[in-house]
Amino acid sequence: MGIGYIIGIWLAGFLTIAIFTFLYKDNPVYKFAEHLYVGVSAGYIMAIDYNNILKPNLFGNIAIAYDSTVNKGVFDLAAWSYLFAGVLGVMLILRVIPKVSWVSRWPLAFMVGLGAGLNIPVTMDATILAQLNSTLCSVWLPNDPGTMVFNILLLIGVCTGLIYFYFSIEHKGIFIGGASRVGIAVLMISFGAAFGYTVMARISLLVGRFLFFRDEWWPTLDIIMKSIGIS
Amino acid sequence: MLEKLANLDRRIIFLFVGLAVLIPIIFPLGLPNAVSQPVQNIYDFVETIPEGSLVFISFDYGPSTKIECEPMALAVTKQLFRRNIKVVGWALWPEGASMARNVFDVTGKEYNKKYGVDYINLGYKAGGSITIKEIGEDIRSTFPQDVDNISIDKYSVMDGVKNYKNFKLGVSVSAGVPGLREYIVVANSIFGVPIAGGCTAVSAPEMYPYLNSKQMVGLMGGLKGAAEYETLMNYVGDASKGMDAQSIAHLLIVLFVIMSNIIFFMQKKK
Amino acid sequence: MKREIPLFVCVVSALAMIIAYYSPKLDWMDDMLQKWFLIIAVFAFILGAISIILVNGNRISKQVPGWGYNVVLLIGLFVTLGLGIFGGIDPKTPFFYIFTYIFTPLSATMFSLLAFFIASAAFRAFKAKTWEATLLLIAAFIVMLGRVPLGELMWSWLPVLKHYSLNNLVENWIMGCFNTAGQRAILLGASVGLISISLKILLGIERPYMGGE
Repeated sequence: MGIGYIIGIWLAGFLTIAIFTFLYKDNPVYKFAEHLYVGVSAGYIMAIDYNNILKPNLFGNIAIAYDSTVNKGVFDLAAWSYLFAGVLGVMLILRVIPKVSWVSRWPLAFMVGLGAGLNIPVTMDATILAQLNSTLCSVWLPNDPGTMVFNILLLIGVCTGLIYFYFSIEHKGIFIGGASRVGIAVLMISFGAAFGYTVMARISLLVGRFLFFRDEWWPTLDIIMKSIGIS
Repeated sequence: MLEKLANLDRRIIFLFVGLAVLIPIIFPLGLPNAVSQPVQNIYDFVETIPEGSLVFISFDYGPSTKIECEPMALAVTKQLFRRNIKVVGWALWPEGASMARNVFDVTGKEYNKKYGVDYINLGYKAGGSITIKEIGEDIRSTFPQDVDNISIDKYSVMDGVKNYKNFKLGVSVSAGVPGLREYIVVANSIFGVPIAGGCTAVSAPEMYPYLNSKQMVGLMGGLKGAAEYETLMNYVGDASKGMDAQSIAHLLIVLFVIMSNIIFFMQKKK
Repeated sequence: MKREIPLFVCVVSALAMIIAYYSPKLDWMDDMLQKWFLIIAVFAFILGAISIILVNGNRISKQVPGWGYNVVLLIGLFVTLGLGIFGGIDPKTPFFYIFTYIFTPLSATMFSLLAFFIASAAFRAFKAKTWEATLLLIAAFIVMLGRVPLGELMWSWLPVLKHYSLNNLVENWIMGCFNTAGQRAILLGASVGLISISLKILLGIERPYMGGE
């Protein structure tokens, strides 16, 4: 354990406490940590973007294109096309200049179009058809009554849930009204389960911070105490 | 009295929550973890992968959910290394590239694995679903270099690797979007690569339809899922250490809700 | 120029993706577009960061109350960015030190505050006022206790129920059956919505890239 590590752990400990002070009330120490967090995270993301994407995928390909054109006399269209992607990227940034902000629509339209184009077939195949297939195709299993009951319950749950979400007709009468009420019940159990899992997730995050104090911070305190002669 | 209890200062509740988590961390109870089928399925699937095969892990999480996701990534990577399976790591979250370093650093040393030969960290790429699709068509153009900007051609682990066809399994350890769901709907449905996953407890319930439709091999949900995998791997990691605190905190919240309902009904009666 | 070209770009890129999806031999159509997307997506992040710089710079120049915190924010941003660009990002660099000892604890602790707030919110709002709310409450209780070792231990104390596995009840029935049914109904509804909005974009009825124009 070097001095850099010990300083780092104590810095992390201080920042953790600084954020926790918000639980008492908002205060300058918390605000300092909060603003530092936003700044460092934005800086981190930009630095990673530069090192992991712009450097290898954009500048790297442009360098390859330049090299093949200038040194080998071969015009590498695929590599040069990355320059076009870079230009589109710069056009996106121009959104912050009001006079020319309209040019950012081109790259935005490109991104939206690509996303929509992928969503249509993929959602149809991988979500709608696959989920319907799984719901409908395994209902009749006379050799396995346990699974059959399970699958029939699942089918009823999905159908009634969908009826509840179908707002084009009024949820009245024995069939639609009743099915809609069963649908609410299924959805409520589902939301209850989701709430239970959400509690688990949030508590886990707190567990993580306390484990940090026990497993990382506490041993450094022990080292410091020993080094100054208190054991 | 009832009014006072109903409007209890939230800081008192905070204090109870803090103590409920802190005390079991200082004095662990050591309660055992039962393993659920979705977690067992991932473990069993990995056991069937032949030695020397390739598996990819996508580190789609950041420090905010490190405690839930890192134990999953560690446990799966340990099993892969124990079985001499080669691992290619990448990230769809910017922080994931650094998270992958931590995981490979610990597991690589433990199983004496060599960077570039047994495993590689290809770093982060933006683009979500579109990038997942592009990896399936041409991994080398998506990741021309590793996380430290060294050409992937220099590493033997990447020899002949072109797309998802070279991988026996894909594991996404994810804390949101892009993550596990995107790998299921793009990598599994278009390219047919089996996908296993770990996700935060918040997103676990949303993954069950995919589990039921067998579009994924198995699922580790939250700290509990990670603790179960640690149990299967026979070691006590951060997830197992945290489950005692998790237990007491859950019990406390249940008691809080029961108490608030008793107060509510008593006030209603009055 | 300002309206027609974005529409044309959007339709062409969407069609290329759809055609390539159904005709694997035409993969080349979407291959190049996907590579470009990766680059442009990065600039979207950079745009976000520039926006942060402009907003905070503006607050500092106007010396609005609390502008000192904006200075802290910008120092954090530029120091991290500078170290990452000029010093590299590998584990031996100052950039990684900042990631490990500043960014990681701040991020993890910020989100861990939610543990306290969810407990407080549950105490105040989680009331069995209707049968639907009661059902939600019971399901949440079973899942909260069923997914932790203490719950399993407590279950084993119950006289008759101890013969049935709590893990099985939670995993197979609540999560595997009712939760799956509910989530699947939501998923199917959301997917139909996603396809419908994507079709509107493809047909030029919906133009989110025009910025409200």
